Amino acid sequence: MIPGTFDYFRPRSVAEATKFLHKSKNASVLAGGHSLLPMMKLRVAAPSALVDLAGIAALRGIKKVGGNIVIGAMTTQHEVLASALIAKHVPLLHEAAQLIADPQVRYVGTLGGNVANGDPGNDMPAVMMALDATYKITGPTKRRAVKARVFYKGLYETALKSGEIVTAIEIPVPGKHGFAYEKLKRKIGDYATAGAAVVLTMKAGKVSACAIALTNLGATPLLADAAAKALVGQAPDDKAIGAAVAAARAIMDPANDTRGTPEYRKSVGGIYVERAIRCAIAAAAG
Amino acid sequence: MSKVHVKLKINDQEMEGLCEPRTLLVHFLRENLSLTGTHIGCETTHCGACTVDLNGKSVKSCTMLAVQAQGANVTTIEGMANADGTMGALQEGFRQMHGLQCGYCTPGMIVRAHRLLQENPNPTEEEIRFGIAGNLCRCTGYQNIVKAIQHAAAKLRGEEFLEAAE
Repeated sequence: MIPGTFDYFRPRSVAEATKFLHKSKNASVLAGGHSLLPMMKLRVAAPSALVDLAGIAALRGIKKVGGNIVIGAMTTQHEVLASALIAKHVPLLHEAAQLIADPQVRYVGTLGGNVANGDPGNDMPAVMMALDATYKITGPTKRRAVKARVFYKGLYETALKSGEIVTAIEIPVPGKHGFAYEKLKRKIGDYATAGAAVVLTMKAGKVSACAIALTNLGATPLLADAAAKALVGQAPDDKAIGAAVAAARAIMDPANDTRGTPEYRKSVGGIYVERAIRCAIAAAAG
Repeated sequence: MSKVHVKLKINDQEMEGLCEPRTLLVHFLRENLSLTGTHIGCETTHCGACTVDLNGKSVKSCTMLAVQAQGANVTTIEGMANADGTMGALQEGFRQMHGLQCGYCTPGMIVRAHRLLQENPNPTEEEIRFGIAGNLCRCTGYQNIVKAIQHAAAKLRGEEFLEAAE
């Protein structure tokens, strides 16, 4: 099983990469390639050219800039797991990265690829939505920034325009908070049957702030805004959590695939939202 | 389609070949360089039989283009023996602990375990199982693979592994 033919281009700078992407008709960006190459082998994807970002040093690394953690798009999941900065400031990323694929894939698979791919099965988009991250984007003529919460438009459709590349992910460092990423998968390495990311803050026994996002329970990752609102201002008892779960279930629209029927996936989706909420509450209280 | 000249260092030897951009690293190793120890299993990034060590990382060579490995430092199963040709610690561990039956997954298992022990010379059983989660074996049930890696880890630390194979 090998991909169809294509031209291979390895630029040294982001400017070179965007220029090539813009003038080429059907070129794809190659990051870690662990979503793209399998799709090319199946001939589901057939780009005319690949623009390999591996040679651009500026796209790597994790740093703290003011109140933000900034992660270069070509940073691998393995590097995220090895980072003390991430462990200290956004441990939710560690929890999620550990549940992605297997060691070999995490050595190569990148954070930028995971968030920019537009596959609802990717884990990091929901995590980035829960953390209210911003994607830094460079195009052939200008730079812009797009919030993760408005980046995903449809199945493999994102806010990225022709010639644009996600260069970095900026995460505002949350204050003292509880967090959880709960993922149901059939086996190690699998995409989520259902997944839920929760970030919340407690004050005097009540939830003072909350964000909930869902993985693989719709054509895009979903921000469960009404579910989060059902918790804010409440003591997190069974009634409030039940209301949040019901509100999350109401926006789930999962595909009917080998991971289960939509009914099954909505059912377990709700259970995983509840687990993530309870874990995050316990962590926030602790 | 024009061919690309790929040069890399494999098992401490400079090697090179011509291939199309779409040539996968595993095919380049096996067909261009005749290094057939690396196996092709599922071809879908699941089974890990094609695992090689590339710049200090375990990678599945069925999911990497040969051109992506341009200039890389690669170790394959052919590089796992000791310099004098005797079996390396992991090979010896797999032999002593019966860590293989059909042997198809073994090159990938050993190359992956090599990197795991470089990063964590004294792993727990749980850490070994998590560390080889990207390598599938359909024969052994993994018990003796875990013991083989423990055997090798002990040997590399200058200790003796006292448990018997299952």
